[in-house]
Formats: sequence, structure tokens, C-alpha cells
Amino acid sequence: MTGGNGQKPVEERIGVYVCHCGSNIAGMVDVQEVAEWAASRLKHRGVVIGRDYKFMCSSLGQELIEKDIKELGLTRVVVAACSPHLHEKTFRTACERAGLNPYLCELVSIREQVSWVHTDRVAATSKAKAIVSGGVERVIYHAPLQPLRVPIHPATLVVGGGIAGIQAALEIANAGYPVYLVEREPSIGGHMAQFDKTFPTLDCAACILTPRMVEAGTHPNITLLTWSNVEKVEGYVGNFTVTIRKKARKVNTDLCTGCGICQEKCPKKVIDEVYEAGLGYRKAIYTPFAQAVPKYPVIDVENCIYFEKGTCKACEKFCPTNAIDFKQEDELLTVQVGNIILATGYDIFDARKISNYGYGRLANVFTSLEMERMCNAAGPTNGQIVLRDGKTVPKAVGIIHCVGSRDRNYNNYCSVICCMQSLKFAHLVHERTGAVVYNFYIDMRTPFKDYDEFYQRILEEGTLFVRGKVAEVTDAARLPGEEGKLIIQAEDTLAGKQRRIPVDMVILSVGLEPRRDAKEVAKLFGISCSANGWFTERHPKLDPVATMTEGIFIAGCAQGPKDIPASVAQGAAAAARVLGKIQQREIELEPVRASVNQAQCSGCRICNGLCPFNAIAFHEDRMVSEINPALCQGCGTCVAACPAGAISGTGFSNEQILAQIDGLLLLNIGEEAIA
Amino acid sequence: MTNETFEPIIIGFTCNWCSYRAADLAGTSRLKYPPNIRLIRLMCSGRLDPTFVFKALANGADGVLITGCHPGECHYLEQNYKALRRFHLMRRTLKGLGIEPERIKLVWASAAEGVKFAAEAAAFVEEICALGPLQWGKPREEPSHREIEEVPA
Repeated sequence: MTGGNGQKPVEERIGVYVCHCGSNIAGMVDVQEVAEWAASRLKHRGVVIGRDYKFMCSSLGQELIEKDIKELGLTRVVVAACSPHLHEKTFRTACERAGLNPYLCELVSIREQVSWVHTDRVAATSKAKAIVSGGVERVIYHAPLQPLRVPIHPATLVVGGGIAGIQAALEIANAGYPVYLVEREPSIGGHMAQFDKTFPTLDCAACILTPRMVEAGTHPNITLLTWSNVEKVEGYVGNFTVTIRKKARKVNTDLCTGCGICQEKCPKKVIDEVYEAGLGYRKAIYTPFAQAVPKYPVIDVENCIYFEKGTCKACEKFCPTNAIDFKQEDELLTVQVGNIILATGYDIFDARKISNYGYGRLANVFTSLEMERMCNAAGPTNGQIVLRDGKTVPKAVGIIHCVGSRDRNYNNYCSVICCMQSLKFAHLVHERTGAVVYNFYIDMRTPFKDYDEFYQRILEEGTLFVRGKVAEVTDAARLPGEEGKLIIQAEDTLAGKQRRIPVDMVILSVGLEPRRDAKEVAKLFGISCSANGWFTERHPKLDPVATMTEGIFIAGCAQGPKDIPASVAQGAAAAARVLGKIQQREIELEPVRASVNQAQCSGCRICNGLCPFNAIAFHEDRMVSEINPALCQGCGTCVAACPAGAISGTGFSNEQILAQIDGLLLLNIGEEAIA
Repeated sequence: MTNETFEPIIIGFTCNWCSYRAADLAGTSRLKYPPNIRLIRLMCSGRLDPTFVFKALANGADGVLITGCHPGECHYLEQNYKALRRFHLMRRTLKGLGIEPERIKLVWASAAEGVKFAAEAAAFVEEICALGPLQWGKPREEPSHREIEEVPA
């Protein structure tokens, strides 16, 4: 293997461009010196010009490079500026405009890795020189590459039928392209279908959601796959092959009319932990709620008497269309899609973890999701706000914010929706029961349109606010007037004292958490999660719905806590990104790929098992391995592992990296030359 | 050269998806660490050919920092485990060559861990300072009773 070493005669004509980035780089690095140093000390390595400029990424800066390529006949370009994750594309495009293959440009970071992290100007300048030298040595070994072009399949898979997923599916379907909408519950609708009113307008969640659900359920371009899970994802952007398990409903949907008689007649009542949040019951054959889409019920095999004991079949007896099919089996479906949108939503924080708030131990401590169901006119109490006994109307209610959020012991992040949700509850409790309502908050967070106006309105309604963290909710009365009550012990930071407030009911505004299986889902689709478990977007500000994996997009709370308007916006945004890709018909892939030199391959098959994307096929007849460039993602593990050195990785070849090492170590000129 | 004036040169390998972004984040957060470390971006820590590490040490680096995504968070699913395996092999090889295995270090840093990246980089510079210059290939003062460990082929 060859390294730099100053041995190989260099025929390239290299231009080195050092960016000031205003004062961001120039403030800590002597950029002019770096540029001059490169032009003189790296001259024998092919550097023909070294320039510094205020903002290389500006159009004038780019023109500078383009002009030099044309006039000086540059064959390689090194730009020392910010992180390649920001401007690699910018400078590659500039090179392309000037007729140079874009992959003959190398961007090295002297901002994030030098000027912003170091404090000694001399040392920072020396390091910048070493980094430029590494870039120069590396760029010599760059090869002109052509991006891979692959066709985009026009269908899209949307995983998760909450409001974000529904929105995304509808946008794509309305643009005329097919969508598979997969939902693991029997109906689409997600968490929003459980809510009663939505802040800040207090319009009813069902009234605005169900028309969308129906539209998604009847849209000719949407294939609705409820009670289904994605089992396997293969392929790459434009050409995913997805295996979906359609769990057996035990109901023939071709015959079922959704009349609901089976649910009436089913003798088995089951506590509904999902839709009713444990407050209400459903039958063993059920649709989660009256407006469910699709309208067909499912049989919950674990609780069905027939599957337990072999007799009953009440549903089958009473079904007017003979739609019940106890023998129905799971079905495996394979679909081809070009892009995938993950809108898998959130789970709520398990309030039992904070034992001092008494949830699960003290009957009249409720979670916010239970409260949503209780407020809902179609819920277990028909919209009556009552204690756990089902009849007593509370006279005083305490709402505790930030349960499991902004708390070092549980989750550091803010769950975004809880302040507004708590204010909504304050209003509903006040309106429906006339009870005194206390809100215990750390900070009131009401950004976005009309939210703070809503807060002002709740303040005017007479809700009491206590600023401070609640220490404990207890039923142990100490003072007169506390008997039979729940006592909220809290610090009132504005009054500067401890308070004990007796109430009848406590509502815990629990935070949002990533789905318990978010990590497995991320792995299945080949995307990454943050340390908390939320799906990671490509860029936190500028690319919030794309992921690092081409062709996989995210929307809604799967990406992080957010309210309904933001989820809808992300659903639509992800759809727009997908539509953009579909309409290109073809996509360009980064040509960072590995390939096997078949003459050198010994057929040992060590690489075969290393590839996570099954991109390496072994040809038994010729006893050689071959890499499918469209499946290869360019990680380079096989390149590093090949004992014969038969695999090379474009963009990250051994020659490039070894040369960069030598360059960084200044072997091309000697370490002392840096000063 | 005494340890007080010794400024080690460290080559750092980062993966494109996590640890390089951690280094970027350390920059955007204006966290400070010593300038001794010079980074190379790979697509994945699984790309790390042990040759790169030995070449760096042989050609003048005093230490090599290897960084990647946390286990279970690899952009390429599980290639960082391959880096982990090679890391242990490389340490054994260094030991066999009579070089302190602590001259190479493996750090997992997610794209969100700029603080960790800066802290680990700073700590590694100190560790290498304590070990002194590597001086690969130059005659060393060997204690006569040095045990030669059998390294299986």
C-alpha cells in the first residue's frame, strides 16, 4: 500500500482554499498564513495555489474556486472551512460547475475541529496546517466518481396511523400515488382519537379527526393495513421490499358489515388498557371505539372464551353475515415501496415510577390520559368528571405538571404538551364540576399561536396556580380539614413556603416517552435513536423529517414530543419530501461504495458474514464474492476485513486514508516545518 | 524531551454518523480541548483497518483515539462491534510489540455527546502525556528482566 511520504511523484494540480468564516475561523487561526504555507510548503505535493477568503461558501468564494479550476487547470480542490456535513455539497457543486468531477474536492474542517475548540492561536494555526496537509495528501488519491442512479418505486409505506401518519398518507394519496398505511391497533386514529377537547380552541378531537380517518379509510390510493406489523425491511431508497404481518382478525372483512351485534352479544368483558387507558371495558371481540376505521372488529384471542375453552361462539351464532372465522390465520404480505415514513408516536410516562405521587396506590390519583377518557362524552363516564367510585363529583382538584418530564430522575426533556393539556383540564374541570382547581407547575410553557391567550383565559377563570415542584401526594391527614382528602405537599417558590393543599382528585400530567419498542423499530428500518430513544432526524433544524437513511422519513411524536399542529405539519412535510423523491423518478446515491477486485478475491468469504445489508453475494461457480452497489451503504467494514486486500471502498480507500494519516503527521514535509 | 514540554500528536478516527458529529457538536458548543488531536473521518468505525492505527503510530503519532457510535446505535447496525473486536486485538498486538496498549483508546460518542467527545479527547491527551513520546523504532531502555509474553499466532 502506498502512503504519501513525499515519494510518489505528484501530477495533480491542487488548489487550497482557506475560509475565514468571518471571524469564526480567522479569529483563532491565521488563515492567510495557512494558505501561504500550503502554497509554498506543499508545492512539491502539487499545490499550485493557496488562497484565503472571507466566506468561501458565498457565491463570490465559490466563483473564486471555479475561476481557478478553469484558469489554472486545477485537478483537485481542498477547502479548509467548516464541517463537511454543512458545506461538502456546496463545494462539490462548485467544482462540478467548473467542469471538475465533484468527488475530486475535499472539505476539511478547521472551524468545528480547530478554531471553535482551541484557545491558543499559534497551536490552532499549526493544527490547521496539519489538517490542510492531510486533506492535500488525501485528495491526491481521490478518484472521479459517478453517482449511482436508481429508480424510485412510486408507492410509499406509512407506519403508524395516528394523526401524523394519516396526514402523510393523505397528502401522498391525494397527489395520486399509492400508500400502504400500517397500524398495529385494530383502528387508525392513534392517541388523538382518545382525546376529548383539543387546546387551545377546545374543539372536539373526534369532530376534526374522524373525517380524516374516514378519508384515509376510503381513499382509492390508500391500502389500509390495521392490526398489522412490519416484520422485515429489505432494500434501499427507491426499492424497499417490506414484509407485513396482517394479524388474523378472525373476522372475514369481505362479509362483515360492522353492525356491532357480535360486540353486544360477546359475554367476555375485558379491561381496555389501550383505548380507555384502563378506565373502561371492551369485549373480547371489539372495535376500539364507535367511529373506528376500518369498522371491522377483531377477536382478542387471549381473552376470547372460545379460544380459551373451546366453546361459546356467541359472536358466530349472532353474526347476520357469517363473517366470524375462527380458523383465520395471520397473513404475510410483501409490498414494494420507494420510501417509508415512520409515524409511530409515543407512549406515556408510567406514573407508577414516581411512587410519592401515589398513582396506582391512591385511588383518586389519575393520569392525564385517564382524564382525557373521563372528559370524553363517549368515554367510560360519559364525560362526567368523577372520582374513582364513579359517582362523587370532586370539590377540589390538583393538577401536577411535569410528571416524568424535566426531572433528572426520569426524563430531562420537556414533553411540550403537558402545560397546555393541564390548562385544558383546569378549564374542563372548572366548567363541568365547579370545583376549585390548583395547578402545580415548574415553569409555564405556552408558546405558539393562541396558546398564551388560552393561559390568560384560564387565569381569568379563577384557576389557582402554585409555582413549585410537588413533593408528595398523600392520604395521611395531619391537620384539621385534611381527613378523607388527598393532600398535595408542595413548595410554593413564589410565596417562599411549603404548602399542604387538600384536594379530592389529583391529575398527573404525565410526560411523553418514546415507544417502548422504538429501538427495535429503529433497528428494523436502519435508522438511529437519540440517547432518550426518539428517532434521530438528519438535521435538528434544517432537515427535521428526513433521517440518515435515504428513503426513510419520520413524522410526529416518534421524533420527539410535540402537539397536534406540529405532528400534522411534520406528516405533511414528510409527505412533501417523499413526493419530491417520487417525482424525480430516479435518485442519485452517494457513490461511497465498496467493490471487490475479482482477480484478487480468494473466495474466503470472510466479508460475506460481515455485511449488515446482505450486499455481498458469493458466486459458487467462480469462487469469488461480489458486492451489489445499490445495496451497499458504504460502511467499509468488508474493506477493512478483507485479508487479500481485494475490496476497495470508493471515497474511503486505504490509499486515501493512509495518505491522510501521513499528511496529518506532516511526513510530506517534516513535523518541524509546521512552525 | 521532558514530559512538561512534550506535546503529543494524536490521530483520531471518527465515524461519519455519530462521533464526527459529536466532534462537530463540541465545536458548535464552543467546548475546549487541547489541539494535539487530529481527526480522520471514516464512514464507520467498522472501516478501521488495524493498518491505519499501526501506520499512524509507526509514522509519528503518540496515540490513536478510535471513536464510534454507541453499541446498538451504529448507523450500519452493528459494525461498531467489529471495531470493538479489532480494538482488543490491536491492544494485544501493541503489547506484543512492547508498546503500551494504552496508546490506543476506544470511545463511544453519539452525535449528541459533544461534551463527552471533548472530555474524552482532553483526557486522552493527558494520558498520552503521562506515557511520554512513543519513539517507534528508536532503541528503548529496556529493563533486563522484562517478561516476554507469548502471543499466539
